Amino acid sequence: MNTTADMLIDVLQDLTAFARAIRTDVLHMVHRAKSSHIGSCFSIAEILAVLYGRILNVDPMRPYKHDRDRFILSKGHACAALYSALATRGFFPRDWLDEFYQDGSNLPGHAAHTVPGVEVSTGSLGHGLSIACGMALVGKRESEPFRVFTLLSDGECDEGSVWEAILFAGHHRLNNLVAIVDANKIQSLGRVNEVLNLEPLCEKWRACRWSVREIDGHNVRELETTLANVPFEPEAPTCVIAKTVKGRGVSFMQDELLWHYRSPNDQEFADALSELKAAV
Amino acid sequence: MRSAFIKALVELAERDPRIVLIVGDLGFGLVEPFAARFPSRFINAGVAEQNMTGIAAGMALSGAVVFTYSIANFPTLRCLEQIRNDVCYHNANVKIVSVGAGLAYGALGASHHSTEDIAVMRTLPNMTVVSPADPLQAEMATQAIAAASGPAYLRLGRSEEPVVHEGPVAFRVGKAIQVVNGDDATLIATGAMVHAAVQAARALMRSGGIHARVLSMHTIKPLDESAIVSAMQETAAIVTIEEHSITGGLGSAVAEVLAERSTRPVPFKRLALPSEFVSTVGSQSHLKDMYSLSVRGVVDATLGVLERAGLIGLVRSTDQACLLRGSE
Repeated sequence: MNTTADMLIDVLQDLTAFARAIRTDVLHMVHRAKSSHIGSCFSIAEILAVLYGRILNVDPMRPYKHDRDRFILSKGHACAALYSALATRGFFPRDWLDEFYQDGSNLPGHAAHTVPGVEVSTGSLGHGLSIACGMALVGKRESEPFRVFTLLSDGECDEGSVWEAILFAGHHRLNNLVAIVDANKIQSLGRVNEVLNLEPLCEKWRACRWSVREIDGHNVRELETTLANVPFEPEAPTCVIAKTVKGRGVSFMQDELLWHYRSPNDQEFADALSELKAAV
Repeated sequence: MRSAFIKALVELAERDPRIVLIVGDLGFGLVEPFAARFPSRFINAGVAEQNMTGIAAGMALSGAVVFTYSIANFPTLRCLEQIRNDVCYHNANVKIVSVGAGLAYGALGASHHSTEDIAVMRTLPNMTVVSPADPLQAEMATQAIAAASGPAYLRLGRSEEPVVHEGPVAFRVGKAIQVVNGDDATLIATGAMVHAAVQAARALMRSGGIHARVLSMHTIKPLDESAIVSAMQETAAIVTIEEHSITGGLGSAVAEVLAERSTRPVPFKRLALPSEFVSTVGSQSHLKDMYSLSVRGVVDATLGVLERAGLIGLVRSTDQACLLRGSE
């Protein structure tokens, strides 16, 4: 991706621009790679922009520094968006993005810890929150300053292991743990409320002793205000249910199951790109 | 073996503050000394093995040395993908401990028979698989896997296993221990079956003048290939003995080495459990006898391979067999 340093600085200062840059990167990456999950990437663009633009204490020059905040993309299939955010923050050269999902490239189709800045490998749903609990537990017991953030999909909450972890974190009052649910309401084979109804989702997390807020997952100001004020309660883990739209940002992809799988053809790519540009 | 394990772990934890024990709501009458001595380093994850293992990975990636503990298949098969993706893929410093190897929980039924775990665990990249023979080996294995970085699986019997090693023994992960010297046949055993193999070797010696070598193959992965190659070169036949399915366990691992490394046909027999669910109710010893995982079974298997090797003839006549069996 051809981007100058000046442009990157602008992007980091303007969270909406950062989110748009993530979508633009993802569109290029997915189109070139003919890969899937563009809709899942688009629904988390603002969340990642806020995390990597404002919230996370991470340093691309020292990606493994001891006191870094940990971020786990539990919905590892949306890694193209994460790779974009990491490249923009300078964890690795942006031209790596050009080779996403290609033979011999550094960037596989699910988040991998072999990539600088990616904390743990994911891809099978229902793993991230447990690992995050383990990290948060160590942090709390050793009075470390770092926080642990993890981003799950709503469909992922079908996994029993997620609920094992939710129970654990609530019981152990992991107040340095933040779970963000990308509630885009579409999973692999249909709408979440038709496949396996999760509602009332907020109440379920609350019942497990989490402090929960439901917000607009595309409103960068609301995201920033919310995530800058964790934990919401001193002795509880934090859950942010981010109401999002799958495929957000491109009219013909929005809220469409098809774009969990489909890779844009050349015409769709051009149309999507012009929509993203027009949004400036 | 489990008592030896917890004793060793408490001692290790005294010296190494990184050591954490996380259990899946099991270990009554066992884990209390650890929990009492190190309350902040003992976690009961509840009946939730997937989360237990994911947490272990997260803690290990944050600097801890984590032992997960449960029984039978619960800390292995129940959470296999967490072991593969969270522990092994990240080469996390997690040690998985299961009590109740093979048919140890005999009459509790097939749900509690840990009979495929070696096969499954040894396929995982980065995983070390250790199956000690007796309490002393269990203690030394615990120390060894704690000292090494990376994932390990410790397969323990239940309790009151007979002692194989009366005195000190050199224990190194990946290095078989020759318990009995001999150059007629080699008995390669793992876990509590090492004791039966030693008894069988003595019976073969007493009754038939047969010198059977016994190898305690306490590490299944990485496997001590050189000990197997030596056995192949120096003795006429090989028998493997394990309280595990015949599919994919010690016998399979040894067969892989033999198939690739042997320069001549080596009469070979895998003494193991058939790949089936036990349909009878029975104690460990009852079921093991039923499946010939007994001193008599090892003797018969050894005579069988020696016969195939042409070293002995007619030893399987009724009289001879009775004689050998009488010494059990």
